[in-house]
Amino acid sequence: MSELFRRYGSGLTYTAIALTAFWLLVLVIFPYAGLFEQSFRPYLPVTEINGPNDHYYIDNYLKLFSNSQDMTFGIGSLDVTIPIPIHLWVFFITIVYSSLATLIVFAICYPIAYCLAKVLKPSLLPTYLLLLVIPLWVSELMRSFSWYIILSLKGPLTIVLQTLGIITDPIHWTWGMNGYSGIMVGLVYTYILFMLFPMYNAMTSLDSNQIEAAEDLGAGIFRKHWRVILPHCKPGIASGCVTVFMLSASSLLVPNLLASPKSRWFTEVIQQWMFETHDWNAGAAYAFILLFTCTLFVTVMMRVFKVGFADIAK
Amino acid sequence: MTAGVELADVTMDFAKYRAVDNVSVKVNPGEFFSFLGPSGCGKTTILRMVSGFIEPTQGKVLIGDQDMKGIGPNKRPTAMIFQNLALFPLMTVWENISFGLEVRGVDKATRRKRAEELLNLVELPGVGERFASQLSGGQRQRVAIARALAVEPQVMLLDEPLSALDLKLRQHMRAELRAIQKRTNVTFIYITHDQGEALAMSDRVAVMSRGQIQQVDVPQKIYNTPANGFVASFVGENNKYSGQLTSIAKGQGKFKTDVGEFAVTLGEGVNQDSKCRLYVRPEHVDFSAKPKAGENAIPVTVESVSFEGNFATVHMRDKQGHKLAAEVRNDPLNPPPQAGTSTNITFDQDKALALLDSEAVAYEEKD
Amino acid sequence: MATKPTHAILQTYAYAFLLYLLLPLVIMCGAAFNDSRFPTILPWNGFTWRWFQELYNDATIWQATLNTGMVAIAVVVLSVPIGTAGAILVNSLKGRSRTLLYATMIAPILTPGAVIGISTLLFWYKFNAPAGLQISVLAQTSFIAAYVMLMVLARLQSFDGALEEAALDLGASHSQMLRRILLPHLYPAIAAGAVLAFFQSVENFNATQFTRGASTTLTVYVGSKVRTGITPSICALAAIMISITIVGAIIYEVIRRNNLAKAEALQAQ
Repeated sequence: MSELFRRYGSGLTYTAIALTAFWLLVLVIFPYAGLFEQSFRPYLPVTEINGPNDHYYIDNYLKLFSNSQDMTFGIGSLDVTIPIPIHLWVFFITIVYSSLATLIVFAICYPIAYCLAKVLKPSLLPTYLLLLVIPLWVSELMRSFSWYIILSLKGPLTIVLQTLGIITDPIHWTWGMNGYSGIMVGLVYTYILFMLFPMYNAMTSLDSNQIEAAEDLGAGIFRKHWRVILPHCKPGIASGCVTVFMLSASSLLVPNLLASPKSRWFTEVIQQWMFETHDWNAGAAYAFILLFTCTLFVTVMMRVFKVGFADIAK
Repeated sequence: MTAGVELADVTMDFAKYRAVDNVSVKVNPGEFFSFLGPSGCGKTTILRMVSGFIEPTQGKVLIGDQDMKGIGPNKRPTAMIFQNLALFPLMTVWENISFGLEVRGVDKATRRKRAEELLNLVELPGVGERFASQLSGGQRQRVAIARALAVEPQVMLLDEPLSALDLKLRQHMRAELRAIQKRTNVTFIYITHDQGEALAMSDRVAVMSRGQIQQVDVPQKIYNTPANGFVASFVGENNKYSGQLTSIAKGQGKFKTDVGEFAVTLGEGVNQDSKCRLYVRPEHVDFSAKPKAGENAIPVTVESVSFEGNFATVHMRDKQGHKLAAEVRNDPLNPPPQAGTSTNITFDQDKALALLDSEAVAYEEKD
Repeated sequence: MATKPTHAILQTYAYAFLLYLLLPLVIMCGAAFNDSRFPTILPWNGFTWRWFQELYNDATIWQATLNTGMVAIAVVVLSVPIGTAGAILVNSLKGRSRTLLYATMIAPILTPGAVIGISTLLFWYKFNAPAGLQISVLAQTSFIAAYVMLMVLARLQSFDGALEEAALDLGASHSQMLRRILLPHLYPAIAAGAVLAFFQSVENFNATQFTRGASTTLTVYVGSKVRTGITPSICALAAIMISITIVGAIIYEVIRRNNLAKAEALQAQ
């Protein structure tokens, strides 16, 4: 850093340090620390803060485990009824469906990335990429909204299938999968490009000669991918998985727009705490649970794929 | 205007090692002075200390008798030619050249004129509007020189500027640089690892190794009377023998090796108990079927002869298996001995130097 | 073995994928012109501009657009200098401190928008700053500056440090060197960063939703209007935004191809 002083003089260097410090301290570190701290305190009227009723406790986090409801599961021919805390259930569902979405996105993107990097005619590539980038730039809102229109009860999908005679009555498209089908479709569509681009980048950096060498040595399709291509693309895959999972789990728009009467998403619960119950401290605790989960996912990904932190950031 | 440069007891310590160790040297105004040495010897560090990019840990750097301590690179009367030239890619050639004037507030018309003058000086008329990427290596060199000259420095610092050029161009640029220096009379401090360059261009050369100066002298003396074993080995070729001094008297002595005892001339600072070696240059070696008594002679077997054009190198081994080399001028009437011949080599006492082992010896060759 | 049939299947798949991505957007735009109370393209009831008119007459949309614009500009003004400073700083470090600083700067990108929003809201509330667009600006800046930083850092790493030294050596002051040598090199990245920052800000939902208080931005307004019933005027808005995006994409591509051609011409000389 003394290099900086030498090169840019003290005025500029101090400015750079000040700006970065403002950013990292005031906009990032202090708020997160504050969030953490506040999640351990009770929700009190302004006058009682720092008073006798104010103390540290973990009740905000325990609220996750409150309000049990009986939920019935059909396992085979058996019906099992267990009391499960609602919020915990919602949390669990969010994680499960986000992971599922990540998996689906990966499965769809892998062949595309491979095709773009190795198979498609290079002259077509700029145009293809340009077209690809349009849905990305159009914004998350537009992407989610378009499926809202398609999947609506009397929307285009229904009309088309009715005209073709495949169905007679309109179908509630969002009611499938226990009420999460709409959300799943929305998550996959909205966030798929965040997996495609890192994977594509990773694929293009793979020397075609390596693939040819593998083929020369007799590798079949499966082995070619499993032993040569996939391992090379690990950073890209890890990056994509992390991004898609995180975006899915913390999504607000998609679960909102493509909801069904039975669907609930963890972020909606947080929203409830913040703006309906106005218990900001509980909201803080839940937000922290979400943050912790995402961080955990990132760490697990890094371990599983053996990639460093710097590889994950776009 | 030109100025001399002095390094007074300068030492540079980095976190893990000492790059420059107690160096004192004076460069005279208007001199073409080279620092010569292998990578890591400290010459780049010295250049950066003179230019102001680093401050010495100890000692003083003086330019024109003024202590440069605390004075930044932009305030020193120096201009540097960087190894990769560092021409500004987003500016045209004439903008590059006049940059130093631009930052001094000179108006555009005057700058343009001066740039044209300098382009003529370096023999590159008319390329002012081009960009650096459009020029050849040699042309870019000259633009870099013009850019440095534009600020009328008292001292020019050149950081191995020719190392990226191909052979023919390098030789041409050597003459160019020398000519420019003579024309402008600016002090040139030149660093290189190429001893041919240093010897050909410089008024004086400082040979360096491991942060220490081994010898400072005119090129002829560096070559003919090297101060120690390092200089003898680094500059030019040398045949080398380990052994012991058996007697000394007035700058001469006797040196005992495992192939005989020879009459030698003592190098700098050599006395009875010095650790030293015997050095004889290949071009000072003669062949003789029957050496005279008292002459320095070694029986050898010729292994191979490589014809290099205007001379030939004869590779031989002595009775103990040490490798030797002799350089023989190409004379069709007097060809060198053929491979397989057994003969003797002879050398004069004043060409056989007993030189101190420098602890900067990093050049051990396996026999 | 990679064979022609496999390749053909793959390519078909790739084109189908493209269709899958673009078709929903086309449908959404199409619904903006359909004379039907509910947003859809089938049944097609005839071409109409009325949803655009309805959009034009919607005062809340105009206010929301204004808010969005102001927030975006504020975010650009904040995050571009901050991101650039961060890039310069992290580039001057090595080893562990570099990794640590870099990780801290990237962390907001990997943080859920909800968390960013809530933490920013709570933090400034301590200083009696209520929820509102200013808070949204701060929340958005925290991670958008990171995007700017990444772009500038990439550009910085292609910069030859010797150029800075050469400038100093020739007598430039530090600020002259910055202005004439470093910044011109960085301008493309800074400009790209500014554009990126602007659009990231416009499309942001999560962080904004938690920090905006009573005010609204375009994205938030549209996102929450769905619950209260919509007309195809939203599709009209979508059509406008998509058209802008397409125009932007075309301009970007034209510039990119231009630059490529220029660079190649220069090399060939």
